[in-house]
Amino acid sequence: MTDSEKKLKLTVNGKEVESAPGEMLIAAAEKAGVLIPRFCYHPRLEPVGVCRMCLVEVKGPRGFTLQPACYISVSDGMEVVTDSEKAKKAQDGVLEFLLANHPLDCPVCDKGGECPLQDQTLTFGPSESRFVEEKRHFEKPIAISKLVYLDRERCIQCDRCTRFAADIAGEALIDFEGRGGALHITTFPDKPFASYFSGNTAQICPVGALTTTPYRFKARPWDLEQVESTCVSCAVGCQMVVQSSENEIVRYLGIDSEAVNQSWLCDKGRFGFESVSSAERIPSPYFNEPSGMVETGWSQALDAIAKALKSAEPESVALIGGSHMANEDIYAWVKLTKGVIGTDSIDAQLDDGLDPKIVALSDRATIQEATQAKLLILMAGDLREELPILYLRIRSAAKKAGLKILEISLSETSLSNEAEVSLRYFPGYAEELVNGLFGAEVDPQFFAGDLQAARALVSSVDPASVVVVGARENLADSSLDPERAIAKLLDSLVGSKFLSGLRRGNVNGAIDMGMVPGLVPGRGQLQDGNEALKAKWKTLPRKVGRNSREILESALRGEIKVLFLVGADLISDFSDSALAEKALGNIPMVVGIDSLSNRTTSYCSVVLPATAFAERHGSTTNIEGRVSTLGKKLVGFSLSRPEWMIAVELAAYMGEDLGFESLHDIWGEIQEVSQLHRGLSIAALGAPGAKEGIVVPLSASKVQISNRRVLDPIATPGITSVGVSGPPSSSAAIPGEGDPVLSESTYSRQRSKLLELLAHDDRAKAGPEADNFALVVSKRLYDHGVEVMSAKHLSELVVPSKGRVSPKGWERIGLNGSGLTRLQGNGASVELELVVDPSLLDGVVKVEFDGALGEVSKLFGVENSTSRVKMEKV
Amino acid sequence: MPLPPLKIVSARANDPKNVTLDGYLANGGYQGLKKAVLEMNPEDVRDQVMQASLLGRGGAGFEAGRKWSMLKKSDIRYLVINGDESEPATFKDHMLVESDPHQLVEGALIAGYAIGAARVFIFLRGEFALGFERVQNAINEAYDYGAIGRDIFGSKFSIDLVLHPGAGAYICGEETSLLESLEGKRGFPRIKPPYFPAVIGLYGKPTIVNNVETVANLPWIVKNGSSSFTDLGAGRSRGTRMFALSGQVNRPGTYELEMAKNTFRDIIFDPEFGGGLRPGRSLKAIIPGGVSAPWLGPDQLDVVLGQDEVAAVGSMLGSGSIIVMDDSTCMVRAAWRISKFFARESCGQCTPCREGGSWIEKVMNRIESGAGREEDLDLLMDLCDNIVPGVSWPPQQTTICVLGPSIPSSVAVSIKMFRDEYLTHIKEGGCPYD
Repeated sequence: MTDSEKKLKLTVNGKEVESAPGEMLIAAAEKAGVLIPRFCYHPRLEPVGVCRMCLVEVKGPRGFTLQPACYISVSDGMEVVTDSEKAKKAQDGVLEFLLANHPLDCPVCDKGGECPLQDQTLTFGPSESRFVEEKRHFEKPIAISKLVYLDRERCIQCDRCTRFAADIAGEALIDFEGRGGALHITTFPDKPFASYFSGNTAQICPVGALTTTPYRFKARPWDLEQVESTCVSCAVGCQMVVQSSENEIVRYLGIDSEAVNQSWLCDKGRFGFESVSSAERIPSPYFNEPSGMVETGWSQALDAIAKALKSAEPESVALIGGSHMANEDIYAWVKLTKGVIGTDSIDAQLDDGLDPKIVALSDRATIQEATQAKLLILMAGDLREELPILYLRIRSAAKKAGLKILEISLSETSLSNEAEVSLRYFPGYAEELVNGLFGAEVDPQFFAGDLQAARALVSSVDPASVVVVGARENLADSSLDPERAIAKLLDSLVGSKFLSGLRRGNVNGAIDMGMVPGLVPGRGQLQDGNEALKAKWKTLPRKVGRNSREILESALRGEIKVLFLVGADLISDFSDSALAEKALGNIPMVVGIDSLSNRTTSYCSVVLPATAFAERHGSTTNIEGRVSTLGKKLVGFSLSRPEWMIAVELAAYMGEDLGFESLHDIWGEIQEVSQLHRGLSIAALGAPGAKEGIVVPLSASKVQISNRRVLDPIATPGITSVGVSGPPSSSAAIPGEGDPVLSESTYSRQRSKLLELLAHDDRAKAGPEADNFALVVSKRLYDHGVEVMSAKHLSELVVPSKGRVSPKGWERIGLNGSGLTRLQGNGASVELELVVDPSLLDGVVKVEFDGALGEVSKLFGVENSTSRVKMEKV
Repeated sequence: MPLPPLKIVSARANDPKNVTLDGYLANGGYQGLKKAVLEMNPEDVRDQVMQASLLGRGGAGFEAGRKWSMLKKSDIRYLVINGDESEPATFKDHMLVESDPHQLVEGALIAGYAIGAARVFIFLRGEFALGFERVQNAINEAYDYGAIGRDIFGSKFSIDLVLHPGAGAYICGEETSLLESLEGKRGFPRIKPPYFPAVIGLYGKPTIVNNVETVANLPWIVKNGSSSFTDLGAGRSRGTRMFALSGQVNRPGTYELEMAKNTFRDIIFDPEFGGGLRPGRSLKAIIPGGVSAPWLGPDQLDVVLGQDEVAAVGSMLGSGSIIVMDDSTCMVRAAWRISKFFARESCGQCTPCREGGSWIEKVMNRIESGAGREEDLDLLMDLCDNIVPGVSWPPQQTTICVLGPSIPSSVAVSIKMFRDEYLTHIKEGGCPYD
């Protein structure tokens, strides 16, 4: 029996309460149904005991004394009284003190109506203020970033935002200044509150001191309607509520989901809602005529596409994109392309991910398993830029629970400080370095870092307790090298698990559904056949198809007649935009299916409007394989349709029947054809207690569908309960609708060596060269992509791409002071501001990808070797 | 009453040469440290101090020997000397720091030896510029002399001493907030439990925090033995005590008096000390132990200047600062001024102190400036009650640290003692002393 399992007993208001050592009194009492008032206490933050609202009487050697319930841990035999006259007097007194200087501008305060101060004032404190003095004044409000306003008059100095910033986000960009009555929150001079996680501070603010710019004055809480959903701005799958007012989304709030996001959202996810009502939404189908875009009807558009398909060979039909879609859409399109048309050339990745076989065929880890691993190996670039909430989870585990991290990367990342050992490698040499980790000799010019320490670290733990997070760090190099390195890690560490670092919305679900070449729904390989599929599908592709790069390359040769671009803005997002541009011009029928018009729209022959996030039901799959639901809050914009419906309609125009009339039909078939999803009934998925999602296969983890949890309205103002549609309720949660039984999963698979599934890396490689720099191109959170640019407030945060170079490289180029440099490669030339990055190996230049600007991506045509650039001072 | 001439900590205060090592050595300096590290083991030193009944001189009056005995076992322990004396009218450490810096250093080293601390920090109030210069000089000299550093005086005992200036916050005199400040953080007091310095102190290690005057007594105690120390004083209050006498007396200043042998009347009226009040004036009130202590009236002049004796009449000997107020003093203004000090010096971390302190100060200011209402007195008493439940003494508190309870102290006691004077302010719409 471990310490945390030991039970102890205390009495609260005469009632016996069970608790465990280490639990704070305030939490133990809450479980026993005694709500102790609080402001500074937040279950996801370290206690500080400063607001003093939770003072209760605790018996000690000197009799009963007032103690802060949020700061005192339970002990066996503890006697607590929370409602004595003395305790109540203290609580009333604190509340009156808090209100003394608090402005009564509730009628114009965004928090009014969901405000913990307002709510607790109803229960505690005098009904009339005895404070007749002049209240404290500050200039109000001040914009401390483009997303957050600070009103220091409303602030009650609870320390929540500052603790979040310092402890959770790891960026103490807001802090206290002054003392006594002048104590206030401030940012540092000339430094805005520029954090990827700033919106969380407004979410947890117990008053209206921190408010977010996009939501400011948009709605009153009692007018909001809400559904639960899953964020798809990246692939972490954060649980959130979508709140709308008058058929317009006004706010997302993070749900406290233990398994996934633990209350938090990144700003890109939180403020991305503005893109749903963007002016760039596509209202109806269009034909691209020489005269320009001409509006048309659904039937004309679908008819034209069906005709083009009729005359095309199956192998000449291809699809790129779809990673933003719901699982059901993806399945419908996979069935249409692979099962009706018979092409396997469909790819949800834009040549920026990994070989899907690694993701589909490895043993997968959950986020929880990754944070509790004995060793976490990161080969995923900078997670803060790509999967921000996963970064928070890993950072917290390292800081608080001592999670050991081995980082293998091309340059320093946001988690380097938390890593036990960081190894850097020269582009193209990841596999060599990983071989070196297992004992092979490595030429020291290709890596940096303490290899001995890394070897010792790896051999010090049970391989089965290792989790590897893998993703593509460098877009300017073939994916083969990192793929082989990751496969080698997973193969060598027997029993280790893989956590996908693939970043695009539902790309992991797309792999599970077979929206990649070579795979079929359920993480199966095309060549292995699938009896259930043959029963449901008209046909199966004859051979393994092309990935997105190969599709575009074959288009150059005139081999592609019809290309579906589903939510794929190739000109902005495909790593090699020059290739994309040439290829699109050489395809007779390009069908663009998207909710937002973008830089690729003008290359499409037909454009079909898709519904956007929150306009449709469905499910999505995150990096863990966790399937969770998407909530529908809005009526679809204009003539837009969900993508699955487009697939069904198009099939009909082709004279085929996909057999679906609803999402239920689709999910039913998924369960039949995919062993991976077997047992995961739609009832289970939609159960009130399963809203944080269920990891597939069901055998991968214990699946427990619990009853709905009441969310602490003081911890997360604005969501009091979840699982409800309609205005946020201040009453208790809706009880579970009976727990659906999950049938036993039958999913099982022979685990083969991953390396054997991959091609050999027999490229000619070159090491560092004095004047021919190896190019590293990596993603960042805010780029000029359509998702960011169509959200008004996010678009203001995008800054030009920067480059980084090693100190020696900086000297060789002759830079000094200004870093403005001309990069030349692949026949293109780009000017960039460079900064020195000592973590880079000599001979490497690292550049942030910003495809929408079109510049950087011209520098590399990956083909089969590491891209090289020449650099000169401007 | 004959006053004993013996001085311990201020014995060399008037010798200007004493601030240098040579002067200090000529006055018998560092003999205590030598004796401790060469002839005694740390346990002996601790026993001596325990037997001496050396009460902490910082204000709380907790026995130093007992405090040391509560230090948690640990490989690393720290000693921190609290020299952040910042309260109005408290200036006895100021005098000791400037006049006898080596005594402070020697005392700190003895304490460090006794508790097994390899590193000692002296946290000195930032405004003590001269004191800082002198103590730093004394530390430098002591290093050269072999009293600090490796293997001091050939004893195999090694110790380092670091001097650190405060940054101008009264709250950093509170020991846990001092530790925060020393760690480079904002001076917010820590919550006890669990942050008792002897258990979780500086950098999370067990730490003893002793006042300047407390450790200044150690060289004498070690040199002369604890029984010589306990020969002085009475009851728990042994040895001598520095008093900072200020206010409306003829001879304000610092005086070292034997503990528990003199009364307030002695120190205020004896020609050797306070020398009485100005002609024609009569005593109105005394603040006995720093501005956080409840006041005493003229009828309590014969209370003995001892730890328990002052506590017995509902106040405290505290920091040894005695403020004398004669009949020309406005009690409302005095209490307001004190509340203003505390309101401004509150760290602002916890609500009752931050909001209650500034609220009380505003009401007091309003009454003093003539806009008071009769109901303000009940309001004030209730606000005091919300910081110190029951307005009890010794105070309970709703706050994290004891700065909170310091706020109601003067306000509540002045209302109790001088309610009429408050009412006069309210009725006349202004201060009758203006």
